Amino acid sequence: MSQAHELTSSTQYEEINELLSKNKHYKEGFVTTTTVETFEKGLNEAVVRAISAKKNEPEWMLEFRLKAFAHWQKMAEPHWGKAKYTPIDYQDYSYYSAPECGACGGACSTESENAEEVIDPEVAKAFAALGVPIYDDQANIAVDAIFDSVSISTTKREELEKFGIIFCSFSEAVQDHPELVQQYLGTVVPYHDNYFAALNSAVASDGTFVYVPPGVRCPIDLSTYFRINEAKTGQFERTILVADKGSYVSYIEGCSAPIRDTYQLHAAVVEVIVHEDAEVKYSTVQNWYPGDDDCEGGILNFVTKRGICEGKNAKLSWTQAETGSAITWKYPSCILKGDNSIGEFYSVALTNRRQQADTGTKMIHIGKNTRSTIISKGLSAGKSDNTYRGMVKILPSAEGARNFTQCDSMLIGNQCGAHTFPYIEVENPTAQVEHEATTSRIGEDQLFYCQQRGISEQDAISMIVNGFCKEVFSELPLEFAQEAEELLAISLEGSVG
Amino acid sequence: MLLKVENLQAQVEEKQILKGLNLEVKPGEVHAIMGPNGSGKSTFASVLAGREDYEVTAGSVAFNGEDLLEMDPEERARKGLFLAFQYPVEIPGVSNKLFMQTAVNAVREEKGLPPLDMFDFDEYAREKIKLLDMRADLLERSVNVGFSGGEKKRNDIFQMALLEPKLCILDETDSGLDIDALRIVANGVNALRSPERGFIVVTHYQRLLDYIKPDHVHVLYNGRIVKSGGFELVHELEEHGYDDIIQQHQGE
Repeated sequence: MSQAHELTSSTQYEEINELLSKNKHYKEGFVTTTTVETFEKGLNEAVVRAISAKKNEPEWMLEFRLKAFAHWQKMAEPHWGKAKYTPIDYQDYSYYSAPECGACGGACSTESENAEEVIDPEVAKAFAALGVPIYDDQANIAVDAIFDSVSISTTKREELEKFGIIFCSFSEAVQDHPELVQQYLGTVVPYHDNYFAALNSAVASDGTFVYVPPGVRCPIDLSTYFRINEAKTGQFERTILVADKGSYVSYIEGCSAPIRDTYQLHAAVVEVIVHEDAEVKYSTVQNWYPGDDDCEGGILNFVTKRGICEGKNAKLSWTQAETGSAITWKYPSCILKGDNSIGEFYSVALTNRRQQADTGTKMIHIGKNTRSTIISKGLSAGKSDNTYRGMVKILPSAEGARNFTQCDSMLIGNQCGAHTFPYIEVENPTAQVEHEATTSRIGEDQLFYCQQRGISEQDAISMIVNGFCKEVFSELPLEFAQEAEELLAISLEGSVG
Repeated sequence: MLLKVENLQAQVEEKQILKGLNLEVKPGEVHAIMGPNGSGKSTFASVLAGREDYEVTAGSVAFNGEDLLEMDPEERARKGLFLAFQYPVEIPGVSNKLFMQTAVNAVREEKGLPPLDMFDFDEYAREKIKLLDMRADLLERSVNVGFSGGEKKRNDIFQMALLEPKLCILDETDSGLDIDALRIVANGVNALRSPERGFIVVTHYQRLLDYIKPDHVHVLYNGRIVKSGGFELVHELEEHGYDDIIQQHQGE
């Protein structure tokens, strides 16, 4: 079963449109100038081998890459999404870029006791400006900071090691924990899963590896901050997160990129494995550069995120606040294999100007009494298009499965679009599936009412928008909820500061 | 003088509605503006509040000596002009508390006062709720969402109490209210009467005025005030309706 509705408004919203078209202050848009080692543009088998060599990878990892690359070459770029883009010239991108000191693939930072000595000062400055605590300090969060293709610093590792928690860059995990990587790599998102997952498997740059041992409750939030700096460079991070039996971890990722007038490619793969009685909370605050008013530049964000609730009573929760990127193509999904396992998806996606987002989730119910909740809030402003695309699939084995889906769209102005494509497949008669959808619009009446009480139009819009998103933001870790709120305000204000 | 309206003319979508309206309101006075449907009563209220669809084509409005027509709607509100809406608007997801805290602090900023934090505001709001004899859960609910017609109007009066405006304009606040709701709204207005505050009560019926007892009553017809008097005019109109006045001024 599938269904689609399209809504655009026709009344006068000139003032709101004007308000939104003012130049946005993308404060993360600065460029870091440092000595970098960047591969020549182009993609072929030699490049794949060179990336692997650069990272000093074992044979099995190179084989994984080559297999994926061979498969990718036979695949076609997907254009079924609501987000339109011209075919990408993959030969026009560089597939490896790293500040010189990080060229060893992050391995050098582990050898030194004092991380400050080995981090390029310009890169350190960039992360400081972004508010990412890459030196331990008093931060109550552990950070893996990734700059273009490599991990620059991973903090709090020793503290975490005491609990047996592994938190390191993906490159390091390949070196130091090959058995774990081999056990899980490609098990949730196979290399042939889709076009961008195949590309990622071939040219994977860096990412984060997390393993939480049985019965351990990770005492602090773990996080990764992704920064794309170089022009015409792709970032292809690979992240694996494993929560062993009865463990718990909350993981957060943040992203940004400088203002560039050409598209930058970002094709990530995230695999999450949740064992029996374990729980993973995965939160994303995505603020990639969205491009300018004329659709020049911005990040093309093609991401495959998927997790499996492998054992009984496992729980995986995706929360995302998506405000950036020129194009977002992303469907964080849950495979609910273990009986009584729970999958959740909370999403706020905001599009403004000419941004296009096609995002949603897949909930695949396999185990008995599995439950999933989907709360999606789409906000469209400017001339943007915002699409929710979600699938709920109940397999014959999923006795007593339940799903609740709520998709709310809000339109700001009259030149934007909101679209909803829910796919529901139920193969077990005992399943219960509920779907609710609403569309509302910030109207001149609401704004005038606020203004008549002394509240400026700008404040009124952000107040109404935050009210609309409250259900999702309450799922984000506290400080990130605040960051997400501020991000929304900036994205909408157009002229803040 | 709190408000001085001279020869005000305004149109909506090229249609002339107000055709030279004059009115003076002093602090402490309560003025009622009555008139048959379509005479321009709500237009007058909207023009004073600065609603965009209304274009002023001639005349002037001085508010405490300042040119009101030059100000943005929010500036008018911050300087003490309050409009109780004929149809208060719903804002889903935004609590009354946050909404009014934001509004009160915007007005306080204009007055050079420090903002009220959550706790101070809560205390302040509870005082007003008591004064108006309203329900305490009012603050926690989303602005006007799921409110009955009467509750919406009461919420507007509550907002009026919180903002402590200099000039309160009630735009047919009594429309659609049953007698109990009407009494609560009227009691609210009476509780807020003070020697510093002026009121313009726009209404079609006399029932609200029986509770409020305005000092001055004006009849608006065809975009002009055609008759003014004291409270006795309300009962005159009740007996004879607007027919006499309409006949007298037809064709003008």
